[in-house]
Amino acid sequence: MQYEFLEHTADVKFRAYGSSPEEMLRNAALAMFSVMIDTETVRPERIWEVELEAEDLESLAYKWLSELLFLFSAEVAVFSDFDISLSHDGVWRMNARVLGENIDRKRHSFETEIKAVTLHQFEVRPGDSDRPWMMQVVLDV
Amino acid sequence: MLKKIDENIYELPIGYKEGMRVPGRIFISESLLEMVEPGTVEQVANVATLPGIVKYSMAMPDAHLGYGFPIGGVAAFREDGGVISPGGVGFDINCGVRLLRTDLTVEEVKPVISDLIEALFNEIPSGVGATSRLHVSDSELTEAFIAGARWAVEQGYGTDDDLEHCEENGCLKGADPAQVSTKARKRGRPQFGTLGSGNHFLEVQYVGEVYDERIARRFGLFKGQVTVMIHCGSRGAGHQICTDHLEVLARAVKKYNIDLPDKQLACAPIGTPEATNYFGAMAAAANYAWANRQIIAHWTREVFTKYFGDVEMPLVYDVAHNVAKIEEHMVDGKLERLYVHRKGATRSFGPSRKEVPQDYRDVGQPLLIPGSMGTPSYVLCGQDRALELTFGSACHGSGRIMSRSQAKKTYRGSDVRASLQREGIKVMATEPAVLAEEAPEVYKPSHEVVEVVHALGLAKKVAQMIPLGVSKG
Repeated sequence: MQYEFLEHTADVKFRAYGSSPEEMLRNAALAMFSVMIDTETVRPERIWEVELEAEDLESLAYKWLSELLFLFSAEVAVFSDFDISLSHDGVWRMNARVLGENIDRKRHSFETEIKAVTLHQFEVRPGDSDRPWMMQVVLDV
Repeated sequence: MLKKIDENIYELPIGYKEGMRVPGRIFISESLLEMVEPGTVEQVANVATLPGIVKYSMAMPDAHLGYGFPIGGVAAFREDGGVISPGGVGFDINCGVRLLRTDLTVEEVKPVISDLIEALFNEIPSGVGATSRLHVSDSELTEAFIAGARWAVEQGYGTDDDLEHCEENGCLKGADPAQVSTKARKRGRPQFGTLGSGNHFLEVQYVGEVYDERIARRFGLFKGQVTVMIHCGSRGAGHQICTDHLEVLARAVKKYNIDLPDKQLACAPIGTPEATNYFGAMAAAANYAWANRQIIAHWTREVFTKYFGDVEMPLVYDVAHNVAKIEEHMVDGKLERLYVHRKGATRSFGPSRKEVPQDYRDVGQPLLIPGSMGTPSYVLCGQDRALELTFGSACHGSGRIMSRSQAKKTYRGSDVRASLQREGIKVMATEPAVLAEEAPEVYKPSHEVVEVVHALGLAKKVAQMIPLGVSKG
């Protein structure tokens, strides 16, 4: 499973999974954009480069989703694929290529607009040979 | 665990959760309490663990599950030893409501409501990715961050009388634009003068019922009169400001050794650079929101002028319902400066407070309580009793009871639109999905929430407004 949505009365809560932290972060980004738009309708026409660093993976994961919302809003663009590489040597570093296109109101139909990524119940659970990596997110919508 | 201590007042004892410094208090009726999720009570308890909290961690009758504070949460912190937390304000800083009154009657407006809503929908940008007709420079944006609604009035959007009728006169003091990131500016600039999406709206309505003639007259309201309600906030600027400072405050929690039950309650002790910087940025976002509502109100007046000629549309009032402010309150017989956080709650000041505008001083400030789409909204009047019970606070709306995903499974946007149309309510939205998510049935009945507030004496019922047409994001 890439991701699943959990019941939350006022906001949106999901868990994203992956066999690696990279895959988990990619699936979390997909989950987040799937709240707003059918990502199948988004063409990977442009590439945005994202570079981030943080002292731990959890902080990096928060920065990652927040950065994507910033790009969505500031670039007036939507995304449907994410190519992520991570490294860590004391701090965690991310280089990501974000694929998508500028919003085209004729083709893109939006549902709930996400305001922000909250830290409420925000969690990154490391995976091992028995279970995948998992992160849990509550979005303010 | 919740102990009923008086009619409509329930207490959550200190022992309920480890680390609680004060008890919790939920101001709610028995029937509304049944709709409150266990998670909401947990969030009331979490807030009670924050350093320097005064008296109680409180929740208003429209309380429901939030992140950090519950929605409907109120908490005050003392200057010495207390904290400031974005968890008590939210991402949509100074999301709020304003009400314009007209000298038009429902009979005059009803025949043209369809065209009127369409014109408002076209003139005032809304929805995901909408950009403003307004093009501000970076220095103009800075001035708006500092001066709020006053900046908008100085640019020709409205009058001084509008400022007199805004909470804080439409400007929170202490805004520090230097604490607003480039990212927040980049998001805020194109969205300055937009309504947003989700539960934000612009509604044309009429006064269906007057409960208190004297106060209604003081607010300029009469039965059958057409009013306009605007509900929106600080858009991407506020969301980014909160995100940026949340990261800083999450680190500050470790630095200052604060033990938190929820990371979204990230905070810093009042007086530390982290807390001061957040407060300065939060105030800038609050001012952006006031300027935003001022600009939207001006465009609304322009549309009405086109249809009805030289129509007067004074501002009844403008309230914030996501904000932290410095206010003076009596604590154990002494006047203290407190940092009052209201997350989905409205200030409710009665006649004794100097913050109430001069022309309302003998009755109290207006509170504006929007209903859900298609259901009535209310005007209430602040009461001094609220100072004793809730640091001068009351409810802000009705509160969700059904999740958005459940709403979309249960309702279809087109059906919602048709059923409202049958009731004579014209609705326009950029996306039909929003209509399903915001179907009237997904919210608690707002009249029940208002009755509890009235019964407790937190605020007094003045008038009820019935929707005629809505423009949504």
